[in-house]
Amino acid sequence: MSEPLMPLWEVFIRNRSGMPHKHCGSVHAADATMALQAARDVYTRRGESVSIWVTPSSAITASDPDDKDHLFEPTASKPYRHPTFYTVPDEVGHM
Amino acid sequence: MSMGSAHLSTSADSSASLGPAPHAPAAAVFGYLLSLGDDALVLGHRLSEWSGRGPTLEEDIALSNLALDLIGQARLCYAYAGEVEGEGRDEDALAYLRDEHAYRNLLLLEQPNGDFAMTMARHLLYAAFLDPYFKALAASADPRLAEIGAKAAKEMAYHLRHAAEWVIRLGDGTEESRTRTAAALDELWMYTGEMFEMDASETLLAAQGIAVDRGSLRPVWEATLARVLAEATLARPADRWMQCGGRAGRHSEHLGRLLAEMQVLHRAHPGASW
Amino acid sequence: MYTQGLNSTDAAGPANADDPARLARFQGKVEAEDKIEPNDWMPEAYRRTLMRQISQHAHSEVIGMQPEGNWLTRAPSLRRKAGLLAKVQDEAGHGLYLYAAAETLGISREEMVEQLLAGKAKYSSIFNYPTLSWADIGAIGWLVDGAAIMNQIPLCRCSFGPYARAMIRICKEESFHQRQGYEIMLTLCNGTVAQKQMAQDALNRFWWPVLMMFGPSDRESLHSADTMKWKIKRFSNDDLRQKFIDATVPQGHYLGLTFPDPELAFDAASGHWHTGEIDWSEFKRVLAGDGPCNRQRMHTRQAAHADGAWVREAALAYAAKRAKRANALPQAAE
Repeated sequence: MSEPLMPLWEVFIRNRSGMPHKHCGSVHAADATMALQAARDVYTRRGESVSIWVTPSSAITASDPDDKDHLFEPTASKPYRHPTFYTVPDEVGHM
Repeated sequence: MSMGSAHLSTSADSSASLGPAPHAPAAAVFGYLLSLGDDALVLGHRLSEWSGRGPTLEEDIALSNLALDLIGQARLCYAYAGEVEGEGRDEDALAYLRDEHAYRNLLLLEQPNGDFAMTMARHLLYAAFLDPYFKALAASADPRLAEIGAKAAKEMAYHLRHAAEWVIRLGDGTEESRTRTAAALDELWMYTGEMFEMDASETLLAAQGIAVDRGSLRPVWEATLARVLAEATLARPADRWMQCGGRAGRHSEHLGRLLAEMQVLHRAHPGASW
Repeated sequence: MYTQGLNSTDAAGPANADDPARLARFQGKVEAEDKIEPNDWMPEAYRRTLMRQISQHAHSEVIGMQPEGNWLTRAPSLRRKAGLLAKVQDEAGHGLYLYAAAETLGISREEMVEQLLAGKAKYSSIFNYPTLSWADIGAIGWLVDGAAIMNQIPLCRCSFGPYARAMIRICKEESFHQRQGYEIMLTLCNGTVAQKQMAQDALNRFWWPVLMMFGPSDRESLHSADTMKWKIKRFSNDDLRQKFIDATVPQGHYLGLTFPDPELAFDAASGHWHTGEIDWSEFKRVLAGDGPCNRQRMHTRQAAHADGAWVREAALAYAAKRAKRANALPQAAE
């Protein structure tokens, strides 16, 4: 893999005043400002929002799924297994 | 004579259905609307050329949003222009059946997209002007123009933010991105003067509170650029001879090619509906 | 839709060493129409199949921007210009939602893109055909999006949560695409002689490639049984294709067009439209890289990606600089 990974951000949108923010997907962006703009451009094209939250996917802590069996180390800490969550030592090279 | 001053003409009472303010010659308003519409259409067309070619999927979508805003603005201006002219020309007749010498857009906007730095630099230079421009137009003595201004002002605020954030990142990113962005600004600078010029006709409209005094926006434009370029660690290009002629239909060699492509299918089937 | 028929040439993986108890629990969830979420246990084959299917679906959306984008700068009215720009933009968005869904399975967007650009991933065969007239834009909306919808609606009930949710979002946006395409065809067929000929010519060129989009009969696919069992796939290729034909032929006749198939006939007994034999050798050829536009589509995508590298690099460099500055501030204050 030659290309450095662009950080992943989870997007939450409040559609109408009074409603809670709801998760609607993710975007790739280098920083929070651009993540917010990307979220606005990608997820609110049909006028679907009054408020947008973005957070780095790596900042999310998730609970265990109902099924407690795991084949590998518990993923309870991350919402899913995206490559940027796991740091690999430089000596190991690209993975 | 800026729009913010006490230049409220008596025509502020006109209802939207009566068209332009009574004291304004229809020809002047028509020409003015064409220049607004042509600016929007030409730049919107240029941005649509990025479709499928953006540096990221997110940016591809963002650029299309910018283009859609502008094409929407063009359609509003052309629709009104056709009514003012009163000869039955609709938005498509105006967009597709005028030759380049009848187009009144700024030279800045017909320049080729170049690389992403060139496109964002062009957008920053233009949005930094258009954002305060439409805010001022929202107070036009002509209710239709005021409506167009109000809607476009909301859109342009986002255009400016988007372009500014990119120029900052490209200016203060890598050596390569800085070089490209500095080169882009230098290349486009000679087209910025034209934004602030008005011919006799538009000057008359500004005096009547219908159009906006372009020159009055220079300080806010300079201030916006100064702020953004400083954060981008880029230098403001040196003042130089400014190119002009777009408003009079004297364009660069690029517009002819742009219109040839844009208009070819429509012109190949005269009178057809699509 | 864009995934039909793309799995048939893959070799079966090694026999699964999955724990039978977990497998049973997983299969039970699927049978009960429970959603499988990214952090749930799942068989490796399920994960691999989904990664491949979702990413290929995403690639198809992105490549699909090219044939339609080909007429953006020549759209013959401002309304069509705006409509087509919005449609192509939607396709970019759909690609993005799908890449995002695939990422939850443990692969990055960058890696998926690299697979596409290296020619290691497939995308729907239909996008390897050229758009030679404005009528092709109508035909693509009417036929290609029409075919896609046949598959996309069942996918909204797919067992994997992120994919199902992405498909629901996509289907909501897709509804205007097919209508827009059909409206273009209707306008052309009600227009000048030249316009009507343009529409007929587009149908003549796209009809068979669109039927091929559904993929060969499932008898020939190694994976159909699994994808059906896992509720990723709900209907067979042949069933979907027939459903599409039955819906579309009357629409074409309403337009006053003829279909390029001398054997096309309505069978009153079954209530279905019968078509002639599909030339599957063409499908295989196009999938293998010898379609009219395969190389062009790849080169365009590769160039766009390469041209954007310095931009992505700059954005990351700026973010790193800014983070460093932010970290440096508290120390500077001391």
